[in-house]
Amino acid sequence: MGVLRIDRATYDAVVAHARKDHPDEACGVVAGPEGTERPERFVPMLNAARSPTFYEFDSADLLALYRDMDDRDEWPVVVYHSHTATEAYPSRTDIGYASGPAADPRTHYVLVSTRHHGPRTGLAGDDVEFRSYRIVDGEVSEEEVEIVESYLFGHSPTTVVYD
Amino acid sequence: MAIEVRIPTILRTHTGGNKTVEGSGDTLAALIDDLDSKHSGLKNRLVTEEGKLHRFVNVYVNDEDVRFTGALDTPVKDGDSVTVLPAVAGGC
Repeated sequence: MGVLRIDRATYDAVVAHARKDHPDEACGVVAGPEGTERPERFVPMLNAARSPTFYEFDSADLLALYRDMDDRDEWPVVVYHSHTATEAYPSRTDIGYASGPAADPRTHYVLVSTRHHGPRTGLAGDDVEFRSYRIVDGEVSEEEVEIVESYLFGHSPTTVVYD
Repeated sequence: MAIEVRIPTILRTHTGGNKTVEGSGDTLAALIDDLDSKHSGLKNRLVTEEGKLHRFVNVYVNDEDVRFTGALDTPVKDGDSVTVLPAVAGGC
């Protein structure tokens, strides 16, 4: 079983984005140095579909995102999105896109579900499901999520920028 | 002059690991044929058996998504920059 190692601040930022956009699906990437498994730079994206059942990076935003990553020698270590009424498991549509001919199977697909907890209640058990998968040629394998305190020892802190 | 084409990470297996390659042609379809003659297998990843651009792939000529400019018939010329990216979408 594989593992996704993600720092606490980035994990919290993904969950916060999902809560904020609920009941619409939220989406984004966590970029890291190309060729590595280190999700270091949280980049929330606009869901161009603005839908509770579908998400899509706007085509122009996608180009801008990849140009920016290219300039920084990064790749998307994590692609995340939320499900707002169903479990945090890849849907058929998710699997279709993730198995596309230009999609890198080394991507970690993070699924967050806000089905039980849209707004933060502060009550015990108010957790957003956070799970991670590899998707290769239509085959889904779940992996462990390990939260580390910081990836950024010796680096500048993650910048969190909401569009 | 040639047309510069940026290749997504997973398709660099077809380009000897190169991030960018160069090609020529008057249309995107001709450019892809030219690329495939030098980087075998690339066309199959971008174009379906029906001869359409794969729906899970985004191709841009300069800043324009070719879905809005004629898809494979989009004209290209020397000095253009073409970018191939995986479409990112899904749903519950």
